[in-house]
Amino acid sequence: MAENKKTFKIKGMHCASCIRVIESSIKKIPGISDASVSLVTEKATVAFDPKRVNDEQVMSAVSRVGYKAFLEEEGESEEKEKEEKQKELSALKRKAFISLFLAFLIVWGSFPYIDQFAPFILKNFWVQLILALPVQFWAGLMFYKATIPALRHRTANMDTLITIGTTAAFGYSVVATVFPQIIESAGIEPMPYFDVSAVIIGLILLGRYFEAKAKAGTSEAIKKLIGLQAKTARVLKNGKEEDIAIDQVVIGNIIRVRPGEKIPVDGKVKEGQSSVDESMISGESIPVEKTKGDLVIGGTINKTGSFIYEATKVGSDTMLAQIIKLVAEAQASKAPIQRLVDLISSYFVPVVLMLAIFTFTVWYIFGPQPAFLFAMLNLVAVLIIACPCAMGLATPTAIMVGVGIGAEHGILIKNAESLEIAHKINTVIFDKTGTLTNGKPVVTDIISTSQVKGAGPARSVLQIASSIEKGSEHSLAEAIVQKADQEGLALSAVEGFKAVPGHGVEGIINKKRVIFGNRKLMDREKIIWRKMEANIEKLESEGKTVMMLAVEGELAGLIAVADTLKQTSKKAIDTLSKMGIEAVMITGDNERTAKAIAKQAGIKRVLAEVLPDQKEAEVKKIQAEGKVVAMVGDGINDAPALAAANIGIAMGTGTDVAMEAAGITLVSKDLASVAEAIELSKKTMRTIKMNLVWAFGYNITLIPVAMGALYPVFQILLNPIFASAAMALSSISVVSNSLLLKRTKL
Amino acid sequence: MSIDKILVAFFGLFGIAFTFWFFLMKKEKEVEVSGEIDITVSGGYSPEVISVPVGKTTRMNFFRTDPTDCLSEVVLPDFKIRKELPLNKKISVEITPKKTGEFGYTCGMNMYHGKIIVK
Repeated sequence: MAENKKTFKIKGMHCASCIRVIESSIKKIPGISDASVSLVTEKATVAFDPKRVNDEQVMSAVSRVGYKAFLEEEGESEEKEKEEKQKELSALKRKAFISLFLAFLIVWGSFPYIDQFAPFILKNFWVQLILALPVQFWAGLMFYKATIPALRHRTANMDTLITIGTTAAFGYSVVATVFPQIIESAGIEPMPYFDVSAVIIGLILLGRYFEAKAKAGTSEAIKKLIGLQAKTARVLKNGKEEDIAIDQVVIGNIIRVRPGEKIPVDGKVKEGQSSVDESMISGESIPVEKTKGDLVIGGTINKTGSFIYEATKVGSDTMLAQIIKLVAEAQASKAPIQRLVDLISSYFVPVVLMLAIFTFTVWYIFGPQPAFLFAMLNLVAVLIIACPCAMGLATPTAIMVGVGIGAEHGILIKNAESLEIAHKINTVIFDKTGTLTNGKPVVTDIISTSQVKGAGPARSVLQIASSIEKGSEHSLAEAIVQKADQEGLALSAVEGFKAVPGHGVEGIINKKRVIFGNRKLMDREKIIWRKMEANIEKLESEGKTVMMLAVEGELAGLIAVADTLKQTSKKAIDTLSKMGIEAVMITGDNERTAKAIAKQAGIKRVLAEVLPDQKEAEVKKIQAEGKVVAMVGDGINDAPALAAANIGIAMGTGTDVAMEAAGITLVSKDLASVAEAIELSKKTMRTIKMNLVWAFGYNITLIPVAMGALYPVFQILLNPIFASAAMALSSISVVSNSLLLKRTKL
Repeated sequence: MSIDKILVAFFGLFGIAFTFWFFLMKKEKEVEVSGEIDITVSGGYSPEVISVPVGKTTRMNFFRTDPTDCLSEVVLPDFKIRKELPLNKKISVEITPKKTGEFGYTCGMNMYHGKIIVK
């Protein structure tokens, strides 16, 4: 029976008797062979047959007796892993520097011209052998360790090349030192090449050290996001405040946040007021004001005030957890551009091995004397110069950095493919409501016709209109009531309230009959309103909705309501047009309203009166014109259009549905992020292309040089020592180039 | 041509042919998996090629014993998974393929390859 051992963290234990209870409960599950619980560490170690028992069974057995079991969190071992990684890294560094120091001594004693100044002892071949031994088999052990199992799998990798290359140079040198007569009998002066094997290993280890350090930088974004998570929450229970661990917070908990503290989980403000710095999530640098009813996001920082809120999302449902998941997934995905690279790299190492054998053979047969030496050194050079790592790292490192930068700016990229496509976009379709506009109608104009009792004419129009609209559920009513609230107006009581669908509302206020609504309502009630026609037309041409108020059969005034353009929209559209990208607006509104908003935003092409289910078709029509289209929207009814576009961009905090259909999600409501996302894609693609050109160009030009292509005409050969330096530099340069993306200003 | 050159020519050609056969013409043994599979990570993945049923969740338990840096990450790009594989520690990855076909998985630097055949 194959047995599995797992450690569960147990919560809720307080005495030694708990141990027995939990142990016996777990042991009752068929398939469990052992369970031991420790009170000190609060952990249960369970041995079981994985075929018969799963984790959930163990957890439910524990919860049945009143405790809680969690699988050992990855976060806990993370520290240990980090420590181990650090240890590995410093071991690598130590090996690199010791190898280089020993290599330096060997080079000093053996390299032409330099050896004239070397102490006599370093010129001794036996001393060189002793210096080279630890480099080859202690520092270089990792290459052998990687090569042997790979060969068993019939695969070859970079380590295979290094192992064969250095072993050839080292092996020859050992023979030249220990049995010089063999070499001599072949007519060659017995000279060892310990410098070659030692320097190659030293430089490649150094290269790996820098590469590993740089590579850690490419995955920093996730670590930063994880670091945003708060560790504890101050929960109010029975009037008392208690600090509890973040994973213990449940939906409905009431949490207090004081100035300067991190907000632990997502929720809704119940009491208090503050400004919150959401820059780490949305990329917006200006703190956001929060009052009762507003949503707060876990991981953001409370600045000035103190407030109490109710947890609405916890654990893996919080926005931050979702973002981390999205970023991790995107970083793991593959860009289409990488497919060709994959194909090539799967053949690369075997091909290099064949080229190396070919090089040896040709040099041995056709090369100048001593042919064997030329053949061997060129074989080593070919093996060492080839750098498959640079090709393998070119695309993923840039994608990782690109996706990471996006997340820091509130641009969440779903996968590498989206990041790649975004740079080709030449048309951006914006949904109007909620994307270009604030999505919430507000009162823009109040015009009064006659003096009605009250503080001032406009104020009384608003006061009466808001009183009667108080009972209405229409979205425009909310705007009017809110305006009255802002102005501090007290509302009057309404009797006989009645909503007339498609027309407006009516009722009695202060014993006066009041009606409020559109032209149709006024006509039905025979109100004389034509004298205001010019005002109404003018307001409507600005994209506003106008409603009239009549009191006791006489027109009292007009109120215009409109969804206003976001402050940032115009600038964002300007930026896009400067980038040569056409902006298009799509909306269900009538042509006039749509055009008015489009004009304010600076958009020339408007698709008005488009029903929600037609949006997708409109997107396809524009694609048929040969355009690469991004669709920017926010609501559920946008989801098909988002999916149909070459790339869907979901705006604002969005809905889950839209996020699923969208290739890019913008956390911030600022439209400037659209241009930023496209810019980021352009820069990432440029980095990838530079990396690929570099990685391929490097191999394509230098492998032939190492083979001796330049020798017949220029007598140029590649010294294996320089080959190893070039190789080490080539991986580092690809990773560093990707890291340069981090300096990008969006 | 002297005898040594003829020998080198012969062994050279043989070496190239052998390299081609050894690395590029290997037949991958396919392991049928239902539910769960342990994959040892040492100089590659064993088993390297697995076949899994479509629409069902398969758990792949990676266990790395090889300190090679390349292998310290495993990437399943089609399933959007990139996982660190600490030495000598079992790391599980779950996939639920939605369509049939062949999907590769690789190490972090794309040098070692495995294949998931979804049937």
